Amino acid sequence: MSANLVLAITAGILVAAGVYLLLERSLTRILLGIMVASNGVNLMFLVAAGRPGLPPIVGFGEGADDVSDPLPQAMVLTAIVITMAVAAFVLTMAYRSFQLHGHDEVADDVEDARIRELAQQDVVSESYEDTTFSDTGADVVSE
Amino acid sequence: MLYALIAVHAILGALTPLLVRRLGARTFFILALAPLTAGIWLLTKAPVILGGQHYLEVYGWIPALDVDLTLRMGLIQWVLALIVTWIGVAVLLYSRWYFDGMTSGRSAAVLTLFAGTMLGLVTADNLITLFIFWELTTVFSYLLIGHDPTRRANRGAAHTALVVTTTGGLAMLVGIIALWSTAGTLSLEQLVNDPPTGTLATVGALLMLTGALSKSALVPFHFWLPGAMAAPTPISAYLHAAAMVKAGVYLVAVLAPAFATVPFWRPAVMLLGTLTMIIGGWRALRQTDLKLLLAYGTVSQLGFMVLLVGIGTEAAALAGMGTVISHALFKSTLFMCVGLIDHSAGTRDIRELSGVGYRVPWLAVLAGLAALSMAGMPPLVGFLTKEAAFEAIANLVVGDIQAITPLAAAALAAALVFGSAITVGYSLRFWWGAFASKEGAPALSWHRPTLGMAGVPMFLGALSLVLGFLGPQLTALLQPYAERVSHGQPGHGFALWHGFTWPLIMSVIALGTGILLFVFREAIADIQATFPTTTTAEELFHKSMHGLDRISVEVTARTQRGSLSIYLGTILTVLVALSTYAMLRIRVWPTYRLFDHWPQLLVAAVMATAAVLAATSRGRIRAVLLVGVTGYGLALLFAMGGAPDLALTQVLVETVTVIVFILVVRKLPRYFTNRPLNSTRWWRVLIALAVGITVTLISLVAVGARVPSAEPISKAWYEAAYEFGYGKNIVNVALVDTRAWDTFGEISVLVIAATGVASLIFLRSRVVGLTSTAQAFESREDDPEADTSPGVWLRAGQTLSPNVRSLVFEVTTRMLFGIMIVVSIYLLLAGHNWPGGGFAGGLVAGMALFIRYLAAGRHELDEAAPFDAGRLLGGGLLLALLAAVSPLFFGGTVLQSYDIHLAIPLLGDLHLVSSTVFDIGVYLVVVGMLLDVARSLGSGIDQHSSEEIAPVPIPDSTKALPGYGGRS
Repeated sequence: MSANLVLAITAGILVAAGVYLLLERSLTRILLGIMVASNGVNLMFLVAAGRPGLPPIVGFGEGADDVSDPLPQAMVLTAIVITMAVAAFVLTMAYRSFQLHGHDEVADDVEDARIRELAQQDVVSESYEDTTFSDTGADVVSE
Repeated sequence: MLYALIAVHAILGALTPLLVRRLGARTFFILALAPLTAGIWLLTKAPVILGGQHYLEVYGWIPALDVDLTLRMGLIQWVLALIVTWIGVAVLLYSRWYFDGMTSGRSAAVLTLFAGTMLGLVTADNLITLFIFWELTTVFSYLLIGHDPTRRANRGAAHTALVVTTTGGLAMLVGIIALWSTAGTLSLEQLVNDPPTGTLATVGALLMLTGALSKSALVPFHFWLPGAMAAPTPISAYLHAAAMVKAGVYLVAVLAPAFATVPFWRPAVMLLGTLTMIIGGWRALRQTDLKLLLAYGTVSQLGFMVLLVGIGTEAAALAGMGTVISHALFKSTLFMCVGLIDHSAGTRDIRELSGVGYRVPWLAVLAGLAALSMAGMPPLVGFLTKEAAFEAIANLVVGDIQAITPLAAAALAAALVFGSAITVGYSLRFWWGAFASKEGAPALSWHRPTLGMAGVPMFLGALSLVLGFLGPQLTALLQPYAERVSHGQPGHGFALWHGFTWPLIMSVIALGTGILLFVFREAIADIQATFPTTTTAEELFHKSMHGLDRISVEVTARTQRGSLSIYLGTILTVLVALSTYAMLRIRVWPTYRLFDHWPQLLVAAVMATAAVLAATSRGRIRAVLLVGVTGYGLALLFAMGGAPDLALTQVLVETVTVIVFILVVRKLPRYFTNRPLNSTRWWRVLIALAVGITVTLISLVAVGARVPSAEPISKAWYEAAYEFGYGKNIVNVALVDTRAWDTFGEISVLVIAATGVASLIFLRSRVVGLTSTAQAFESREDDPEADTSPGVWLRAGQTLSPNVRSLVFEVTTRMLFGIMIVVSIYLLLAGHNWPGGGFAGGLVAGMALFIRYLAAGRHELDEAAPFDAGRLLGGGLLLALLAAVSPLFFGGTVLQSYDIHLAIPLLGDLHLVSSTVFDIGVYLVVVGMLLDVARSLGSGIDQHSSEEIAPVPIPDSTKALPGYGGRS
């Protein structure tokens, strides 16, 4: 089956724009990136569904060959609604971030920076504990 | 029956915390019932087992992998099960007094669970089942060793025991798989009867031996066992002397008849067994803590036992199994004596104990019997088994089997005699240390032990004596096992007197040397002190733990950069790389057409432009609107592409999303920050382009997969939708019937997201408190002249400032609201046959609520929906769940659809389908989610503003002033 090239390229452009935004620091922009990219991916499903036909409703057309493929449509319908829920949630996170810090930048994890310091100093992690025990002295095991 | 008995252990173990609250330490009487029942049941099986039969219990599990739950009890399993259950009874009874006054049932529960697990371990026939029981004992042992985690050394000991035995267990698992792949069976019995050969089978057998050696604390794994003495003494008596450490001996004993001849098995067993026996005993000689002395003694004896059962001659096998029995008896007796002394004197240090023998002479006598049995003195059972062992070794010297040369056998004999001498030495040291009077020892505070606590070890000690006179019977019992080992000549069996033979001479030498070792103990201690310290296996272990942590720090520091964009970039790069690799191998690409018709091209061009502009836009609202353009464009494409449901839903969702964005963005700065990403911009462009191109190619490949020879699964839906789903709209039937599980997961996500939104805004509860319009008027300070006549609708608008009110909007709302609700219900009900459904309907109803909020403020929203959105969300989810499971009650399957035709006068034929109930659940969840969002991001943010805890954008800046009150 032949592919709709314009729609395929449009899907690629939408995803590319989405990925560009996704790699930002501002949470609002990351969210907009997710939304554009998911529009692109939904479009990709439309392309993958093959040649468009009549609406997938029984009674339209003579049989299954005359209507569009309903399976990608069912999947996309689920995706659309979930994207909306994700958008509402991430947007609220951005709002909360502004409320607390005055910006919505996703900061680097402080814990990871501390682990890097440990690695530079060539020392063990903070959760490490010596496993030694002995028969006598201070390290003796006891009930 | 065996599983039932194991289950009794598990149930009693689980009930222990409740029992302890009522009964305290007397709980142990009840707990002891579990091994007691099992022990009695085992005795009733004696005729079967002694008749040479097997007891078999077969249950299937995973037939495709040969994994089943078969238990098989032959002679050796039966003997070990008897040890496990009856010593278990003794230990649990003893614990009743040892733990007198206890309040926490933790250790008691784990001990009971452990007893059940051990019973399963020694009877499991399938190697995977055996492995599971094996690892369970490891875990329980870890919990018991770490019963007092407040001391660092105890934590270290528990950790060490866990890591060492689990490492061995994993080696064993690999061995099991290797044997499985060569023999094609996981049954222990079949494996031993028909052992596989070849390199892989050898490796498998040696790996299983490694697991057994780690469990039984042989060199180089010996160091974990003394640390295990952090567990309470009765537990040490059971796990670390009588039961768990015997698991390794058991495994070696079962495997040796078949695998003793594989390369490296005998050298490993002989060398490591002897080394362990001597090192353990040598260290026991210098201990001052009685319990540690016994612990090192156990290490030594385990080496001896593994050597005997592993060497693979008939006489040695007999002696080995005899030693397992005698060791279980005398070692648990001695541990209990130590516990008793510790209890009564408050110490178990040899240097502080003095004159205990005068205070409790009967205990000294019976503990003396056990110690003599350990030393291998007549007429105790320990003597019988040691004599038999010496006989087996003496046979080797005269060329019992080809594989062991006379010189090697002689060296072995010398080493074992020396090991036995050390055993005599530390046995004497134990008895002397516990009971003798010593000059210069401090005065001892002593209280009399209770009769019950003393009774148990006394009984077991006496048993060591009685069994000493039952040599022939013991021989008859164990001989059938020994005969399965077809190498070497049979031994003479257990007896007190064999005549003047080599074993007797060896015993006499061992006794004499042992007494010398004891008499000159101080000189020997001086000699021990002069030995150079070398890097031991133990130090290597602790260093490796340290090294492991260092490696993890280094690896984490290099791989876990803590930056979201680096993680996402990595994921996307992998996506590009793997897809490209796969696509490079495609030879035939699909043909393509440019586009279907001109409007499609136009819409696509607008969408692409909007997307690129959105990516580069710095203005927040501009970017949001541009993203909205791509969404509406997509809806148009759906409409053109024969997807009316998608078009409808996409338009509604896009509208809701834009409204929600505008509600939030009003409190955010106008521009995005650009800091500090300029430097990485080109990388981002590169990744974005790569992913974009990949997606384009993937969609082409996906179309290419639609070849005439491959019929899409959805082709059949055209018929099935109406036949089984009773609906004409195939997409809707897919959502509420065919793929309804997906939809159920999806509405769960909606509930979670809505809850997340509400909790980020309101922090503690879903709503701050609903207020009616009348209350809102009352609380106003300026007392406006409000129209409070009940007939007026949309009154709450009057609570807003006149500056923000829009008369036109209010009038429109009055007109629209009712129509939208009707439309939403129409979409919900018509959706099964025409475009629409629960999602679309719910979105329309939710938007109606949004409009009322936008027109007249948050009080109007509370008027429109005077209840908590959580009720809608929960109610909808519950309704969908009920719709999903209720067919089960009518003999159907989950989510099956039914239909009913009702002939209603005037209206005509009404066709009802049960999946509509599911769709109503979806509808309620969507409405609930939108209500929650409106209340949180609309009303909630309004309230934040009025309380001055909302962020305030700084003009001409990309930042805002935080709303500090939000920190609460």
